[in-house]
Amino acid sequence: MTLALETVHLEKAFGGLRVTRDLSLKIEAGARHALIGPNGAGKTTVINLLTGVLKPNSGEILLEGSEITGMPVHKRVLRGLSRTFQINQLYPDMTPLETVGLAVSEHLGHGSDWWRRMGTRGHINDEIAENLARFHLLDAMNERTSTLPYGKQRLLEIAVAIAAKPRVLLLDEPAAGVPESERHDILAAVASLPRDVTVLLIEHDMDLVFSFADRISVLVNGALLVEGAPDEVARDPQVKAVYLGEGADA
Amino acid sequence: MSGEGTMQSEVGASAMARARWRWPEVMFWLLAAAAILIFPNRYLLLTEIAWLGLFALSLDLILGYAGIVSLGHAAFFGFGGYAAGLLALHGVVKEPVLALIVAGLAAMVLGFATSFLVMRGSDLTRLMVTLGIALLLRELANKFSNITGGSDGLQGIEMQPILGLFAFDMFGKVGFIYCLVVLFVLFLLARRLVNSPFGLSLRAIRNNPLRASAIGIPVNRRLIAIYTVSAFYAGVAGALSTQTTALASLDGFAFERSADLMLVLIIGGTGYLYGGLIGAVIFKLLQEFFSAITPQFWQFWIGAVLIVIVLIGRERLHRWVMFVPRLVAGQFARAGTSAVVSKGETL
Amino acid sequence: MTLLTILFDGVAYGMLLFVLASGLAVTLGLMNFVNLAHGAFAMAGGYACAILVNRMGWPFFAALPMAFIVSALIGAVMERSLYRHLYHRSHLDQVLFTIGLVFMAVTAMDYVMGSSQTFIKLPDYLQGQIDLFGLNVGRYRLMIIMICGLLTLALQMILSKTRFGSRLRAAVDDPRAASGLGINVPQVFALTFAFGCGLAGMGGALGAEILGLDPYFPLKFMIYFLIVVTVGGSSSITGPFMASLLLGIGDVAGKYYVPKLGAFVIYTLMIVILLWRPNGLFGRTATR
Repeated sequence: MTLALETVHLEKAFGGLRVTRDLSLKIEAGARHALIGPNGAGKTTVINLLTGVLKPNSGEILLEGSEITGMPVHKRVLRGLSRTFQINQLYPDMTPLETVGLAVSEHLGHGSDWWRRMGTRGHINDEIAENLARFHLLDAMNERTSTLPYGKQRLLEIAVAIAAKPRVLLLDEPAAGVPESERHDILAAVASLPRDVTVLLIEHDMDLVFSFADRISVLVNGALLVEGAPDEVARDPQVKAVYLGEGADA
Repeated sequence: MSGEGTMQSEVGASAMARARWRWPEVMFWLLAAAAILIFPNRYLLLTEIAWLGLFALSLDLILGYAGIVSLGHAAFFGFGGYAAGLLALHGVVKEPVLALIVAGLAAMVLGFATSFLVMRGSDLTRLMVTLGIALLLRELANKFSNITGGSDGLQGIEMQPILGLFAFDMFGKVGFIYCLVVLFVLFLLARRLVNSPFGLSLRAIRNNPLRASAIGIPVNRRLIAIYTVSAFYAGVAGALSTQTTALASLDGFAFERSADLMLVLIIGGTGYLYGGLIGAVIFKLLQEFFSAITPQFWQFWIGAVLIVIVLIGRERLHRWVMFVPRLVAGQFARAGTSAVVSKGETL
Repeated sequence: MTLLTILFDGVAYGMLLFVLASGLAVTLGLMNFVNLAHGAFAMAGGYACAILVNRMGWPFFAALPMAFIVSALIGAVMERSLYRHLYHRSHLDQVLFTIGLVFMAVTAMDYVMGSSQTFIKLPDYLQGQIDLFGLNVGRYRLMIIMICGLLTLALQMILSKTRFGSRLRAAVDDPRAASGLGINVPQVFALTFAFGCGLAGMGGALGAEILGLDPYFPLKFMIYFLIVVTVGGSSSITGPFMASLLLGIGDVAGKYYVPKLGAFVIYTLMIVILLWRPNGLFGRTATR
C-alpha cells in the first residue's frame, strides 16, 4: 500500500489568515480520491501547494515517497505530478494539436529542441494522436481553442494534463461550468483514466464524486474534517452539518 | 480517420504545415535582393534598413514571442558595435565576418549575464532594469573614453575586405550585400527556432506562464535562452552598423535608439518575424521624409507618430492603414512564422 | 568638513528630486500609469520661470509659484485630453505614448529655446555662501532645503489631514473600493495629476541652478525620477522621500569620491535594489 502523494502537517497562511491548517493527507497509489468541502474551504489552495504554485509556510510534500516541497512547478510535472485548472488555462490562439503537442514534447524531453521543426518526430506525433483520439479531439485538432465549445475546452484541459503521462493527476473541478449536454464526455473521460494513474479530484458535483471516488476527504476551513470511504462520509453527522448548515450544495 | 498510421501522419502534416515557405516570403527576399540592382545610389540607406531590421528582429524575439518588455535593448547593440569597432581598430580580428561573430558572442555573454536581472519582478521593474543597464553601459563608455573615444566615438576604423575578397567600396554596395546576407542567414535561423518545440513553448510562456510551467516547461530557463539569443542578434546588428559606417559611438547605447526600435516594431507588428523588417523599411522612409521637412527636428514628428499610433491603438491602425501589407503579412503568418494570428491580442 | 558639505548638498539634491518625482510616484501608485514624460512638465515649469525672471523681470520668488501654476495647467489639459484615454492600456502602451510626448516636448523646446543651457537670474541674497553653525553652505541649496522641506510637510499635511487627502489615499489603496464608497476617482486623479505636474514644474524651476535646464532635461533625468519611484515604492510619501534622499546623497557622494564612475554608482544601486526588492524598498510599486 504505497503512498502516491502525501502531505505532512502542511501549513499555509496569508498574513494572519490560515488557509491550510496542519494538513496531513495520504493518497494511495492507484486511488480514486476526492477532496470535497464547502466554498472557501481551501481546496484549490491545496492543489496549488501540491503543485508548487504556492510555497507552504511549513510542512512537507512527498511524491511517491520522495520530498518535493522545495521543487519548482515544472520539475514536479516532469516527476509525474500533473494538474488541471478550475478555470481553463488554455491558449486561446493555439490549436489542440499545438497545446497537446507542447505537453508531449516536454514530457518526452524534446521541449528545448530549437532546430527541428514541430511535427518531424514520429514518436511524438504518435503520442499526440493517441492523446487527441482518446479525448475525442481529433476532429477539432486544427481549430483555435477559443472557437471550441466549452465542454471540448474542458476536455482539452484534461487532455493536456494527461499528455504529460503523469503518475498522479490532480483534477480541479473538471465539470465546473460545463453545460449538462457536455457533462457526459467529461465524466466518461475521468472514468476512463488508466488505473495506474492516481487521481485526486476536487468537485462540487456530488454525483460525480460518489460515482468516481473510492475514498473521500472533507476539507473545512483549511483543515481535514473527515476522511473515509464514500458511504462512511455520506453518513457522517459532522459532514451533514457542514453541508446542510451551508444550505443546499451541489 | 482510420488506423494509427493515418492519424500519426495527419498530426505530423498539420504540425509541419505552419513551417512551410509560402510565395509571399520568397517574394520578400527576392525583392530585397533585387534592391541591389534597383536602387544603385541608395546603398547607404538600404544598409541602415538592413541592420535596423536585424535589430528589430532581435527585439521581436523577446517581445513578440516571449513577452519580455525591454527599454534598453540598445545595450547589446552598442556593446556589439563597440566590440566590432575595437576589434577592427586594434587589429585583433581583422576579417569582418569573424569580427562580427566575435562581437555577437560578446553581446551574447552580456545578454546572458543580464538575463537573470530581467527575469525578476513585474513588467515595470523589467522596463526599469533594462533601461538602467543600457544607461549604465553608456555611462561606462563615456567615462572610459580612452578606450571608447568618449563622446567623439571610436574613429579611424579601417575595415579589411570581407573574407579577404570583397573590399568595402565607397558607394556602400558591398556593405549592403554583406548586411543583407547576414540578415538573411540570421533570419533563417530565427525562423527555424520559432517553428520548433522551443519556439512553441515561448509562445506558451508568453500567453500564460502559469499554464506553461504546469505543462512542465522550465519557464525561466527558456526565457534566459531566448534573451541570450536576442542579445546575440542585437550585437550583430550593432557590429554591422559599425562595420559599414566605420564608426562606433555612444549613440549606440542611447535611449532614443531603444525607443525608436519600439516604434519600428509597432509599425511592423510583433510576433511574425517580418514585423521588424517591414517596420524598419517604413521607419527609415518616415525618417527620410520628416528630415526633408525639418532637418534637425524630425524626432518631433516621430514622437507624434508614436502618440497617434498608441492613441488609435496598434490593432486598429494596422487594420486601417496597413490593409494591403496586412494581406501580405497574413500570407506570411499562414506561412508559418506567426506567433499571433488573432486581433485583439495585447501585450 | 567635506563630509558634512557632501551630506548637505546631497540632502538638497535629494529633496529637490523628491519634489520633482513625487507627482510621478502618486500617478503610478494611483492609476498604475507609467508617465515617462513627467520630466517634460518639470522642464515646462523651469522655462516658464526662466522667461518670467530673465525676460520679463519678475522677482524670483514671484515666478516660482507661476512655474507651479503653468505646469499644473498644462498637466490638467493634457490629462483631460490625452492621458485619460490610456489608463486602461498596458504599461507598454503608456510607455510608448509618453516617450512620444517626450520626443515632441524635447524637440519643440530645442526649436523654441535653443539647445544650450538656460540659467535663471538669481537674486543676490541667494548667491554665494552663508555661515550656518560654523559650516559654509551654499545659500541656494539652503533655500532649496527649506522650500522643499516646507513642500514636503505641506504634502504630508494634505495627505493626512484633509478630506481630499483621505480620498486620495483611499483611491491609491483600492480604486474600486474607493469609488464604491462614493469617491469620484477620476476627479481625484485629474486633480492629483495636475498637482503632481505643478510640483514637478516648481521643481524644474528650483532645479535650474543645480541640475541645469536645457531641452534635454526630460530625457536626462527620466531615469532619476523612475529610480525614486521604483525604489521608493508608491504606496506612501515616505518611501519616495527616503529614496530621493538616498539617491541624492549617493549621487553627490559618488561623483565626489569616485568621479571616474559618476552616475554609474546610481544605476548600479538601482539595479541591485530592484533585484533585492522588486517591489521597491519601502512599499509596493504598482504591480496590478
